[in-house]
Amino acid sequence: MSLTVSNITKTFTKFAALSDVTFEAEPGEFLALLGPSGSGKTTLLRLLAGLDVPDSGAIAFDGDNFLALNARDRRIGMVFQSYALFRHMTVAENIAFGLTVRPAKDRPSKADIKAKVESLLKLIQLEDYGKRFPAQLSGGQRQRVALARALAISPRILLLDEPFGALDALVRKDLRRWLRRIHDETGVTTVFVTHDQEEALDLADRVVVLKEGRIEQIGKPLELYRDPATAFVFEFLGANNQASGTLRGGSVDFGGFSVPAIVKGGSEGAVTARFRPFDTQVSRSGPGFPVKVLSVLPAGANLRLELQGDGGEVYETQHAHDADTSELKAGDTVNLLPTKVYVFA
Amino acid sequence: MTASAPAQPTNGVPENFTPPHPSLHTNRVLPGFKVSLGFTIAYVSLIVLIPLAALAARPWEHGWAGFWSVLTDGRVLASLRLSFVTAAAAATLNLFVGMIIAWVLTRYKFPGVKILDAFVDLPFALPTAVAGIALCTLYATNGWVGSLFAPFGIKIAYTPIGIFIALVFVGLPFVVRSVQPVLADFDAEVEEAALTLGASPFQTAVRVILPGLAPALLTGFSLAMARAVGEYGSVIFIAGNMPYVSEITPQLIIIKLQEYDYAGAASVGLIMLLWSLVILAVINAAQLWLFKRGRA
Ligand SMILES: Nc1ncnc2c1ncn2[C@@H]1O[C@H](COP(=O)(O)OP(=O)(O)OP(=O)(O)O)[C@@H](O)[C@H]1O
Ligand SMILES: [Mg+2]
Repeated sequence: MSLTVSNITKTFTKFAALSDVTFEAEPGEFLALLGPSGSGKTTLLRLLAGLDVPDSGAIAFDGDNFLALNARDRRIGMVFQSYALFRHMTVAENIAFGLTVRPAKDRPSKADIKAKVESLLKLIQLEDYGKRFPAQLSGGQRQRVALARALAISPRILLLDEPFGALDALVRKDLRRWLRRIHDETGVTTVFVTHDQEEALDLADRVVVLKEGRIEQIGKPLELYRDPATAFVFEFLGANNQASGTLRGGSVDFGGFSVPAIVKGGSEGAVTARFRPFDTQVSRSGPGFPVKVLSVLPAGANLRLELQGDGGEVYETQHAHDADTSELKAGDTVNLLPTKVYVFA
Repeated sequence: MTASAPAQPTNGVPENFTPPHPSLHTNRVLPGFKVSLGFTIAYVSLIVLIPLAALAARPWEHGWAGFWSVLTDGRVLASLRLSFVTAAAAATLNLFVGMIIAWVLTRYKFPGVKILDAFVDLPFALPTAVAGIALCTLYATNGWVGSLFAPFGIKIAYTPIGIFIALVFVGLPFVVRSVQPVLADFDAEVEEAALTLGASPFQTAVRVILPGLAPALLTGFSLAMARAVGEYGSVIFIAGNMPYVSEITPQLIIIKLQEYDYAGAASVGLIMLLWSLVILAVINAAQLWLFKRGRA
């Protein structure tokens, strides 16, 4: 029961919100759509849900042509970023809605609906909240009710638009784990949208990275991290530094020292090399860019340094708390040596 | 080089800080609370409450007995029944039609929608006497519409039906204009959520949108009803003003005034006022109940 999206294009009055988007979600997969604001994530989700129609391309689920079905008949559970709860209905009525609107012949009995609502309330850990109205819930609780309401119809696919967007960091982390657990329990194919790379990498089986309506890369979180296809993916997935150098025979020469490179495109000659904060070493006398220490911040298990080069460029690096770095303080002059750099086309 | 060091928190409150005037620190946003409250009370008293109090003081010239005789007078009772029942009926029709018109004006795009929208305000803008004459001409037995019904023995002008039509006319904008902005602001995602959950457009309208409109509908209904109860200008031309049959209460008050029966006129006025207050109270209670149902 896989979801197949092929060559989807969607244009809003000449502006291409999605161009030639193709991907697939395996049965039971937890897929993240990751991209910056305006990259077309919501647009794509709405097309999947049937709330909008693509200009061209195909969407199929388990062999069904989804584009021939309207939103009502796709049986897709959609959780909106704004929750979109029915304000005048209680939590229990909200959750039951998808069952009570069914035509009489498909509608479960009152007792069955009640049982289903109760089991869902239990699932979202709001057993005692059935009689409350949405206005009487916290943001995180509303989010969970929206999810339960979507799950009530036993959806074929679950779509979540920035499910934790409006919540604070602590609640986000909590709900994130919880959502993953619910997914593993229900086994429903899930597509969720986020612009938070940490969330995507932490939660998803695979991540689809979108940029300006195009897919940049699709892959497992680790693949994306270890093997980014483009500079955009590399930069979007976490903190990074840049330096100019010359690509020659698989390594980048920075004038005086050279570093092995992972080359993803581009030709020999002048290039922009990119490196992660933790792929670096600092030393007082070894090779590297001469830099001044701006600040030293303990960041959990690591030490985070902010360094400034001669030309004013700022680097961010991370190191273990070892003897070499523990004596550093702001104002010191050291040499920064990247140990691994990436070169993109 | 993307992330930068977090700034040290600098927004801490000094240790021995106490907010000035703790008793005044409530959730008010607008300044000048005391001044504006004082002004509001004074203004409402002057414009609304004092005239009403004067009305309440007026009928007692002939004592309680005089008031009672007006209160139980068959002609007065008939006019009150006519006024309130036709006003309620007209407001009810306006409730449904007004809602549909508001729906069409906000949900459908078609050429001329702006013009149609402007037409809705006409009953507001038209001098009521003009409206009365126009309606009267239209619905008289020899008028455009009246002549269509005349062959079936149905008379519209100069009967309660005519009054009803005039009251529908003047009350329409209230419902449309109360509902329209709420409908326009209705969260599209809530509707879409209903759709993805399998609701038909009809189920979505009835179970999701309508309850959201209820407070606005109630407001529109009460405004239309209040206007209809007090309407005079557009009604008297078409009403026929036959005692016991097609004589509305405001007309009866005018008649009493013309007969220099000021106490009698004030008595009828006071009774009307009391009924209006009762209706207002009921509607407000309903509003409150709706408001409490999760519409925070
Ligand atoms: N109905 C519309 N009409 C015109 N342009 C639209 C419409 N909906 C979206 N767009 C445009 O399409 C692009 C993609 O929008 P979309 O909402 O899909 O972005 P997003 O990735 O969800 O962003 P965010 O993370 O901010 O929610 C944006 O540039 C937006 O302005
Ligand atoms: Mg979005």
